[in-house]
This record gives sequence, C-alpha cells and structure tokens, in this order.
Amino acid sequence: MAAILNISRRDFIKTSGAASALVIGANFVPGGLVSEAQAQAVAQPNLFVSIAGDGVVTITCSRAEMGQGARTGIPMILADELEADWDRCTLWQAPGDETKYDPAGKDGQNTDGSRSTRHHLDVMRQLGAAARKTLEMAAARKWGVSSGDVYAKHHRVYNSRTGKSFDYGELVDVASQIKLPAGELPLKDKSQWKYIGKDMPGVDNFDISTGGANFGADISLPGMKIAVIARSPVYRGKVKSFDASEALKVVGVEQVIQIPHLPDDKAQEFRAMGGIAVIGTNTWSVMEGRKKLKIKWDSGPNRVHSSRSYNNKLRKSAKKGGVEVRNRGNFERAIKGASKVVEADYFVPYFIHTPMEPPAAIVDANSTPVRVWACTQSPNETRQYVGEALGLKKTDVECWQTLLGGGFGRKSKPDYVCEAAILSKKVGAPVRVQWSREDDIQQGYYHTASAHTMKAGLDSNGKVVAWKHSGAWPSILALWNPAQKTGFGIEYGLGMVDAPYDSVPNIRIENGEADVHIRVGWYRSVNNIQHSYAQNCFAYELAAAAGRDPLEMLLEMIGESDNMDLAKDGVKEYWNYGDPVEEWPIMPNRLSNVLRTVAQKAGYGKKLPKGHGLGLAVHRSFHSYVATAVHVVVHDDGTFTIPQVDTAIDCGRYVNPEGVLKQVEGAAIYGNTIARYGQITTNRGAVQQSNFHDYPVSRISNSPLNVRVHIVEDFVHLRPCGVGEPGVPPYTPALINAIYEATGKRIRQLPIGDKIKV
Amino acid sequence: MISLRVNGVSRQFNGDPKMPLLWYLRDELGMTGSKFGCGSGLCGACTVHLNGSAVRGCITSVEMAANADVTTIEGLDAKGNHPVQRAWRAHNVPQCGYCQAGQIMQAASLLNQNPDPSDKEIVDGMAGNICRCGTYQRIFAAVRTAATEV
Repeated sequence: MAAILNISRRDFIKTSGAASALVIGANFVPGGLVSEAQAQAVAQPNLFVSIAGDGVVTITCSRAEMGQGARTGIPMILADELEADWDRCTLWQAPGDETKYDPAGKDGQNTDGSRSTRHHLDVMRQLGAAARKTLEMAAARKWGVSSGDVYAKHHRVYNSRTGKSFDYGELVDVASQIKLPAGELPLKDKSQWKYIGKDMPGVDNFDISTGGANFGADISLPGMKIAVIARSPVYRGKVKSFDASEALKVVGVEQVIQIPHLPDDKAQEFRAMGGIAVIGTNTWSVMEGRKKLKIKWDSGPNRVHSSRSYNNKLRKSAKKGGVEVRNRGNFERAIKGASKVVEADYFVPYFIHTPMEPPAAIVDANSTPVRVWACTQSPNETRQYVGEALGLKKTDVECWQTLLGGGFGRKSKPDYVCEAAILSKKVGAPVRVQWSREDDIQQGYYHTASAHTMKAGLDSNGKVVAWKHSGAWPSILALWNPAQKTGFGIEYGLGMVDAPYDSVPNIRIENGEADVHIRVGWYRSVNNIQHSYAQNCFAYELAAAAGRDPLEMLLEMIGESDNMDLAKDGVKEYWNYGDPVEEWPIMPNRLSNVLRTVAQKAGYGKKLPKGHGLGLAVHRSFHSYVATAVHVVVHDDGTFTIPQVDTAIDCGRYVNPEGVLKQVEGAAIYGNTIARYGQITTNRGAVQQSNFHDYPVSRISNSPLNVRVHIVEDFVHLRPCGVGEPGVPPYTPALINAIYEATGKRIRQLPIGDKIKV
Repeated sequence: MISLRVNGVSRQFNGDPKMPLLWYLRDELGMTGSKFGCGSGLCGACTVHLNGSAVRGCITSVEMAANADVTTIEGLDAKGNHPVQRAWRAHNVPQCGYCQAGQIMQAASLLNQNPDPSDKEIVDGMAGNICRCGTYQRIFAAVRTAATEV
C-alpha cells in the first residue's frame, strides 16, 4: 500500500512558497468576528489566505465538502474580495481546530445545518479585503504614492495616475512587512463583485473525474491494519459470548478483538457502540472473517422495538398530544364554532442516510498527537470523542478531513472514528475501520419515525379559522438523555412550531410522548421533512373540503406579513436555526412569493390530460423559502413518472448560483427516495433492511430528469440562507398532492412505493 | 498465481482468487479511484472495465479477470480527457463525487457498445449506478454530450 503522509500540509508549503509568502491570518475572539487581521511572513497554520512569490493564492477551506459545494463557494467569497484570479487560487483543507479555523466563531467547524454560506459570507469578505488592502498598501509604498492612488484588479495592483501595475506575486516581499491599519476594512461594492453571484464549477471536478480525489477510505498509512466490526443487531445489546476460531482461519485475518460496550449509565452520543472487530491485512479478508464469527447477543430492553406495535403507539400518542408547543388564539373555541371540521392522520417511518460512501476512518492512536483521517462533517467533535475514547484530551488529537462521499448528517457523528481509535490503540498500529453498506443501514443514526394528527376548522366561506397539529416521534435528544420522552426546542423549530399559516387566527401545536429504542439522529433537512409533508398535504385536504383551489387556499393561510412573531403565540424560545430572528425573521410574504412564482413557472391551472396531476408545496427551512411543483403522470397499472419538477428558492444573498441549482436539483432526487422508498422497519429491535435491494433509493430510471430551479431574487439584498437542505422538505408533499390531483387518492403514510394502490 | 493486466500493466496475484477485483485494486494495488458502495453489485460505485465492458468490481473476482484486461478510472484516459470525462466536467456533474468514477466507467462502456444511444437506452444503461446526491439529470445530459464525441 502506498504511504500517505500529511499531504495537505505539504501542499500548503509547496504552494505558498515557504518563507516568502504573504500570509493573512486572523485572531478570533470567542463568539465571533475578526478582531485583527495581520500580514505575516511565516507559514503559520492559522492562516486564511497566503500569497506566494509566484502569485499563487492559497485559500484555507475550513468547511467539509460532502457535495454541497463548500470548497467552491466559500473560497469564491474570499477570492472575490481579494480581486484574485480564480485560476491562480488553490485550496488548503484545514484540520480540525476551532481556535484557528472557525473564523465566524459560530459552529466550531461543524459542517451541518446548511450554515456554511450564511455564517461565512461576512468574515470571508473581510479576510479577502484584508489581503487586498495589504497588497494595495505595498504597491503604494513601492511607488511612493498614497494608497488612494492605487487599486487592485484581477491579481494586479494598478497605479491610477501612471497606469503601471504589479502582479500580486511581485508585491509579496513588501506586503509581508506591512501592518494593516486598525478599523473597518473597505469592502467592494456589490456592483464590483466578480465571482459572488456568478456560476462556478466545482473545484474538485477534475480529480473526481479521474479517480484522484481522496475520500475516507482512500488514505493509507505504513503498517496500517483494516478492521470491520460486528455490532449488536439491537441498540445497546451486548456480547454474551463469541467464538472467533473460524474467523481466524481466514487468510489475511490477524486478530479478533472485542470493543467493550458502553456502561449502562453512559449515554450513546457519538461513542463507539462496542462489538467484535476482525482485523487484518485487507478489506476482503476481514469481511470474510466477520461472516465466520459466532456471536451470542444479549439484546437487552430494546428487543421490544417492533415497528408494527411501535408505530401504533406513536399514532396514539400523536392523537393524545401533550406538550403545548404553540398556542395562538383559542383553538377549541374556534373549532366548536367552525362550520366544517376536517381531520387527518399522517405517518412517516424511519429513514437512513445511505451516503454513497459508507463511514470509514483511519486513526493512528500511537502517535503524538493522535492522528485521524476521516470523512467527517465535524472534525472537532471527532477530536473530542476520540480523545475521550483514548483517555486523552481533545487537544491531543489531530483530525484531517478527506472529501466526504455524501454526508447528509450521518458523518457529523464520529462513532466510527472512535472505533478506529480504540482498535488502533489495542493493536499498536494505525487502523482503518470500514463500514459495509449493511452496517450503514442497520447500525445508523435514524431519521425519526413520526405520527401526526391534523385537525382544522373552516368557516362558512371556506376560510381556515382553526389549525391544530399534534405530533409524536422519538427524540434526537435521547442520544444524550436516554429517558427523553418528548421533543425539544430544536426539533420543534424544524418546521413544526413555525408552521407558516400566519393568517389563521387560532393555531395549536402539540407534542406527544414517545419511548426511544434506536439511535435517532439528524438527516438532511431533519424533522422539516415530516412537518412539511403533514402540513402541505393537509392544506390540500382543507382546500378540497372547502371546494377551493389549493394554491389560493395556501396563499390565504400564509398571508403577506413580513414578520411572523412566534413570541406572540406563546413560544418562549424559538430556535430559528441558532440564528437571531432580528437578522433572519420568519417572513410569510417570501413564502407566498416563491409559491406564486413556482405556480406560474409550472403552468399551474392549465387543464391536464387524464392521469396527470400538478401538486404544490411550500416550506421555510434553514431560513430559506422554497416552493415545489411536481408534475406526475399516473399510469393505468399504478406506476407513475415525473416529467417535470419546478422549484423556486429564495435563499437571500447567494454566492454560487450553479451551486444552488445543483443542491436543489439533488434535493428533488433525495426527496424522491424519501417519497417512494423511505422506510426502515424493526422487528424485535433489529433493523430489517440491509442493502439497496431491500432499502432501495432513487435511480436514474425512476427519478425526475427535468428539475427546473428558479432562484427568486426579490430578497437577494437580505442575509444569506441555507441551501443544502431546504430543497428537500417540499418535494414529497408536492408529489403526493400531484398524485391526489391525478387520481383523487390521498397518501397519508410514507413511503408511496413504486405503485399507487388505487 | 493469476495473471492479468490493469490499465495496460501486467500483474500477478498470489492471494485468494475469490478476492473481488475492487479490493484487489484498492488494497493490493493502492488504486483507490474505484469505490466501495454496497459490496453486492447493487450501486455501481466500483464499476471497472473487463475487456472493455463494464463490470461491478465488488462481485467480480480476480479469478474471473484472469488473463483479461482491466481498465479503471485511473486508466480510462492518460490525461483524464476521455469524452465522457470531459462531458462530466462540462456539465459540472459531480456533487460529492464518490459515485462518479463508477458512473463515468459505466457511461464509457455504454457508449463503447452503443455510440448513439436513445434517451431510453441512456437511462437503462445507467440505471445500475446510484447517486445519492441526485446528479442524474446532469449525468443524463453529459452522456448525451459525450455521445456526440465518441
């Protein structure tokens, strides 16, 4: 095997030209902004941009790339403000160290929650401006003119009096001696932006198309062993006994080692699950060896977890309700006075992420510091949990991120890295842990299953006067508190408490209890998926009950307010994706705007042939406003095809339109998997699906191939919003509403399957 | 002892003849462009060419490749400029990129056998390759573009 060293670091030194580089670093204060930007002549690692004598600009990337485009979009911001030539910029992927590489000071380098652009637009602009200003000052000094007489443009600084210019590389020596003035740095006017707002292809496209890109399992170290692990089929089950004699006979298998299970009083969080590890020289051998293990498991209390009975409990709990999440007006009184009452129940099963790359991690636990290479969204939580697993401090662990072959939330949980750390320590060599697809599907952190009871009242004009949503699901919080019975603020904030029907005078939202018997974790778009589904499909049911057009009904319910204040409805602590509501308010007018846009783009209202249907749905998540129109054709045999999808997205200020398009196109396909196939079930605690034959996902043959994305610019002057996740939630309800329009059939339980049972 | 050629280079393998090509390439030769996705021939991330035709490396043993020519993504074109690779970049297809080596190898094989595929033939030909980021419509467009050049 090829030995791979600390490539990123070596690349940096190479590209920055060592001692003669201009390096713009930054000192950060807790909670935020750059306190001071300074030019230095040394290759310190706490840099964000460096410029070498040959003019090559190296930009630090401190966000994980999992296909969402962070390695392209975030550096574009800095390069723009620096007036750099994009073709002369390279990237350096920073390791995990939030004291150095979290310039916004907001998320500890955890790439999750569709946050990269909205948390880094300002700070990357400032860093780029600092570098540009330094170069301008250097040129002014060289010419002996005032800094007002020079300006930077496309990798050169010009003298506005003489027209003479220097390439950035020619200014490095002088620039590295310049101390930046204190105070606010002047930023470019939007009209001068050269990259922000313009299409940019992915920076890793060439490596990806030639097989040269490195993912989690592509790193090898000298003397490295490979491990796969047999884990309990039931959550928190334990090994009673095991016999490894047959496994050890497989050529290439060297050792079989038990990873201890967690003590009963220790919460799961992101810790290793325990199990029997088969360790050897190559992946095939250890996988074959694992098949030959004989293990007796003690399933423990979670053996009661069978979907058939558990799902019914969830349904009952949703009906019963409990915790008051939001209360506007007086729902009970309004429903008594209503001329028509409509009720419907919805159910969404567990899903699992299935990124194309199953989890993999390499740890050398015997070096100082401990070294980790992993496809992780969260390098600093990785350091924390690996440190804990080894009895060390977080600062004793170094974590280098590879590219992620999809993340979707799975890879922000570093349990698989902890496994590699524990094994590396025991074996005395670097270890790569490889998860199989079966491991990924059966041992994951599941998107929660949920039941929803919806009830609403219409007045004599068919107007919605009362709306109630009561839901129940096992909570993510149980990872930290196993006794957790209800949801919590973050889960409520994912599209439930913020149901956008601001014109409805009486709203009640409740949450019922649920036991937790499995690892529940976040998944692309998280609980927005089920809330958007229940809300949008129920709104369609109300329109039908009122004999009204669903578009008109939705627009009326949402209204045109520019600020829906949940505090007025008794919501004490609205999460708002961790951001201040003053900067990112809930704006129903933006929802109505994208809904009208998508209806117009999709030709809503046109008469369609028999079997065709056009369905709409609209949802705000991660501060973005997204409306989707799905055009479905349901064939006589119940199969269906999707000739066109239109999605309108208002994500405020965006950076790379091409990146937005790709995320929203992909979100339709991700949604198509959820709608058609998303279902994990359990029997006596064990997950029943195992690979893509029984947990199918959307393929090119059953995916919409005409997804048209419309970026709505009306609010582009406002703060940037999320893009990676918000495209997912409206897809499923739009498809199901389209199927209703085509067939009259309501689908109140996911998944749909490949055939609609009419 | 099994003899085979990988990207034109003769190789001998002494290990378990049942070892899948995928693991032989990745673990024994250090060629990591071919990816592990499912281990069961269900996703196509490991697609390589055996005597010019696409096979799933995770369920094709080294034994089955005896005396054959294996081409991987690393060997599809010396400079990475096969028409399919160029089309992939022109259409900005990749998101995470993990499945794309397999997609490209599948598309190259498809066009090798059928240089002028219909829309349905493209969809049928690519239906064995999963992409969880959902790049299918760009894959479809890129195959169409590449077909004009092969």
